[in-house]
Amino acid sequence: MNSIDQLFAELRSQQRKALMPFVTAGDPDVAFTAEALREMVRRGASMCEVGIPYSDPIADGPVIQASYTRALERGVKLRDILGMLGQTAPSLGAPAVTMVSYAIVYRHGVEKYCDQAQAAGVAGLIVPDLPAEESPQLLDVCTKRGLCLIQLVTPLTPRDRALRICETSTGFVYYVSVAGITGERAALPAELAENVAWLREHTKLPICIGFGVSTPEHVKLLAPAADGLIVGSAIVRRVAEAATRPPAEVLKQIGDYVASLAAALPGD
Amino acid sequence: MSTNITAGGAPIGATTTVPDSRGRFGDFGGRYVPETLVYALDQLEAEYAKACADPVFQAELDELLQHFVGRPSPLYHAKRLSQQVGGAQIWLKREDLNHTGAHKINNTLGQALLTLRMGKKRIIAETGAGQHGVATATAAAHFGLPCVVYMGEEDIRRQAPNVFSMKLLGAEVRPVTSGSRTLRDAINEAMRDWMASVADTHYILGSVVGPHPFPRIVRDFQSVIGRETIEQCRQRLGRLPTMAVACVGGGSNAAGMFHPLIEHREVELVGVEAGGRGSQPGDHAAPLTYGSPGVLHGSFSYVMQDEDGQTSPVHSMSAGLDYPGVGPEHSYWKDTGRVQYTSCRDDQAMAAFDALAATEGIMPALESSHALAAALELAKARSPDDVIVVCLSGRGDKDASEIARLKGVKFG
Ligand SMILES: Cc1ncc(COP(=O)(O)O)c(C=O)c1O
Repeated sequence: MNSIDQLFAELRSQQRKALMPFVTAGDPDVAFTAEALREMVRRGASMCEVGIPYSDPIADGPVIQASYTRALERGVKLRDILGMLGQTAPSLGAPAVTMVSYAIVYRHGVEKYCDQAQAAGVAGLIVPDLPAEESPQLLDVCTKRGLCLIQLVTPLTPRDRALRICETSTGFVYYVSVAGITGERAALPAELAENVAWLREHTKLPICIGFGVSTPEHVKLLAPAADGLIVGSAIVRRVAEAATRPPAEVLKQIGDYVASLAAALPGD
Repeated sequence: MSTNITAGGAPIGATTTVPDSRGRFGDFGGRYVPETLVYALDQLEAEYAKACADPVFQAELDELLQHFVGRPSPLYHAKRLSQQVGGAQIWLKREDLNHTGAHKINNTLGQALLTLRMGKKRIIAETGAGQHGVATATAAAHFGLPCVVYMGEEDIRRQAPNVFSMKLLGAEVRPVTSGSRTLRDAINEAMRDWMASVADTHYILGSVVGPHPFPRIVRDFQSVIGRETIEQCRQRLGRLPTMAVACVGGGSNAAGMFHPLIEHREVELVGVEAGGRGSQPGDHAAPLTYGSPGVLHGSFSYVMQDEDGQTSPVHSMSAGLDYPGVGPEHSYWKDTGRVQYTSCRDDQAMAAFDALAATEGIMPALESSHALAAALELAKARSPDDVIVVCLSGRGDKDASEIARLKGVKFG
């Protein structure tokens, strides 16, 4: 059983929810990323999403874009990231998934990427520019290696299509909270919880909500409707300070922030 | 430039029945975009299918092309230039004489009509040379729709006259400061806008690139270039040309010229990419010549990438060709061998610009000068019976100050 399936089986049986923070690999360097992953899990993250920097990320807002640019300017390579994950993921105590553009997966080689991700102890892939129609081949390669391929559903996805997407998604389905790009938002759409609740009634697959989630209030509001929450830009913005402040201080700040979100989860 | 293009007997293999229902030209194309955009792309595809079946749509577009754009554009025999070169006759398909000065308007009017049919209230676009931006701003003004154009800071600098025109036409020009600050980054930014605005906004993509159905729609709207060329050649020469040559940035003027000619296998087709300063990585913008298949901006096609799949820096003095990717149908035509692709350096394009200005009194856009440079070279090896049609995709007025800078001339 994949570690993501295991995690959600466990959480559901205890009526608890997952918290999944996102961090950009190689910002400011892979050693810091490894530390950040450990710190976040220690402070309450149930799963981690590792962003593989990409030169042209069209789904990302300024904060994550800038982190990708910083990492690439400092010369981070895919092999450094997979190497770091190989050192970190197996002992992390929580599943790690890579958020990676299909441009990178294709160029590296679909099978080679999945082989190396699996060998590094990665549990799954989120490929934000690979909609369901284009994903059968990658899904097949992932499934053969016990990797999850997590698909996305958005507020603009018609309901029948959302159900079809859930059928091809493995591990969980990523519910994008808003039509738009990544980034912190003060207010999330009023109908969000209701739409997620509808989907949750119609699929057995766990649902995690991401994009814009950034405060304990968001967590309190949305956690009951979903199986988990994904927090990206709010963490990456804090990591950005690691370039100019003592890394230990920044790590602690990220840890405190993750703990404040974890504390807002029901059942904790 | 490399001129060892195989003569005659064009290889077969390419068909005109592409793309398939999933937007594939052979292996190329497809739809590599966030789920958020799938809704808008499906909507566009459905609306376009309806429009194609609606004679009213075609009549509206024809009316605009004739009386607003000034089509058909002339096919002009450049006799003095041909004489000077010696060899084949050079004929120019004068897209530079269109309203707004380039082929881009053929596409923006078509897509603006689709925008109205979809009931969308706002238009966005990206631009490199500014010609697509001006053509989009023009279409938006014509139909009374608000318009935002994304343009890289570097391109704002080198195509200043077009920036001012867009503003005069009522468009908002948003400078893009990320990455290389050129066309590629402008497309990223337009896509991000669209991610949040799909419900009421149409993104008028300016070339045969991007996710399905854009490569097909833009090709179809630009195909008026090739259809007119065939008709004009038949009328004036009683036959088809020996060869058609067009520059390839994203590839829309070339696709418009080539698509109607694909099935006429006796006609040689040559696409010309930007060879920039030379063949080293970063010195050119020629993915079909130097790149490899990969994913960029929603489509699988030839692209300039590093070994990790990160898009590589590219260079061309011409803003409209300064792009690391290319439309998927060109990748298909390359791999089937139906179209030959070559490249031409900055200095060769500049020399062709000078030659056309001096012999014919026509200033071509720097983009089009690349096609011209390759055609002049190819013409030398041919006889005066041969006819080479060059797609003169745009006029050079927009480039005057950049040309002055490149030549070290100060004015103003
Ligand atoms: C005059 C002109 N020709 C050619 C191009 C290149 O685009 P495409 O390859 O799509 O025709 C441009 C783009 O800005 C242009 O302005």
